[in-house]
Amino acid sequence: MDSSEAVYKGLKSAGIDFIVSVPCVNLGKILEIIDEDKEIIHVPVTREEEGIGICAGAYFGGKKTAILMQNSGLGNCVNALGSLYQLYSLPLVMIMSHRGTEGEPIVGQVPMGKDTPKVLDAMDLKYFNPKNSDNAKEIISNSWETSIKEKVPISILLDINYW
Amino acid sequence: MKRFDAIKDIMGYIKEEIVVCNIGFPSRELYQIKDRAKNFYMLGSMGLASSIGLGLAISKDNSNNNKDNINNINNLNSDKVDSNKGNEKIIVFDGDGSVLMNMGSLVTIFNQNPKNFILIVFDNGCYGSTGNQCTYAQNIDLLEIAKSIGFENCYNYVEINFEDILNKKQENSIFIHCKILPGNADSPIIDLNPDEIKNRFLKAIK
Repeated sequence: MDSSEAVYKGLKSAGIDFIVSVPCVNLGKILEIIDEDKEIIHVPVTREEEGIGICAGAYFGGKKTAILMQNSGLGNCVNALGSLYQLYSLPLVMIMSHRGTEGEPIVGQVPMGKDTPKVLDAMDLKYFNPKNSDNAKEIISNSWETSIKEKVPISILLDINYW
Repeated sequence: MKRFDAIKDIMGYIKEEIVVCNIGFPSRELYQIKDRAKNFYMLGSMGLASSIGLGLAISKDNSNNNKDNINNINNLNSDKVDSNKGNEKIIVFDGDGSVLMNMGSLVTIFNQNPKNFILIVFDNGCYGSTGNQCTYAQNIDLLEIAKSIGFENCYNYVEINFEDILNKKQENSIFIHCKILPGNADSPIIDLNPDEIKNRFLKAIK
């Protein structure tokens, strides 16, 4: 199974029907597939924090929500993850292209790449590191349910080598 | 007119609409003026009231989906809004400092353009909840910014009949600029916890 297709199939199987995104080159194919899917509302956003604000509203409106972004965007979301999501116990699936990991050609990605798991740890936010397509599909399939049950956002970090 | 009087004025017209309210004194004043389950008091995440409202509006905007449903057919002969449950308009109470913090939101709202969404920006030119420090909004015109983004329906609050706009079927998302004087009312802290605010809100808007 193709790595992008695995993420898409996982999202579908989780019932995700509302996605916001800030692109990453590694997410390009998934974004194209999502745009073809009439059952999913896709809202490109200007900044990741704005995106998870929109997801909170969409959840209030009955949607199952996810954000697709680069891990750099996690830094833009930190306050909202705390003072909106943790405060009101809101669910969200966060699919992150984890740049700055092994094989990263761009030096600017490295610091936040290293910090990303530590930021999630500091906020007590659960995350998964699937290493192959089958693993990713299975984890993402269960992510919304886990997020609802645990009343916190669930992150899926997809390293450079995942793709 | 200060923010308290502006909110009081607007709440005089609100019936079934959903209200998403900005952090700090705006929420406290709204809570004192007219608490209701259909108010969402945003206690943190400064800047995101317009985004939360937008997400809610998109997910409830029937005109946006492909299934041309019975509601649309029923509305053909009527200029009035169908305010039945599930079709309520979403009204956001925002502030100038908060809009400056999340200005990209205006661009996303314009592009998504849900037809059930009204953004009201109370502009007192200062960060009212933190001691009235000046914002840069004093030196710019947020209404002109909304116009330049492309909003076709953007208004100065004092020049419109808000009740007419509220009750009319919308063709676009609406931006309303409400210039006010600085100053907070002596409104108490909201004595609902976040779960209470969320749960009664979810139940009321279901």
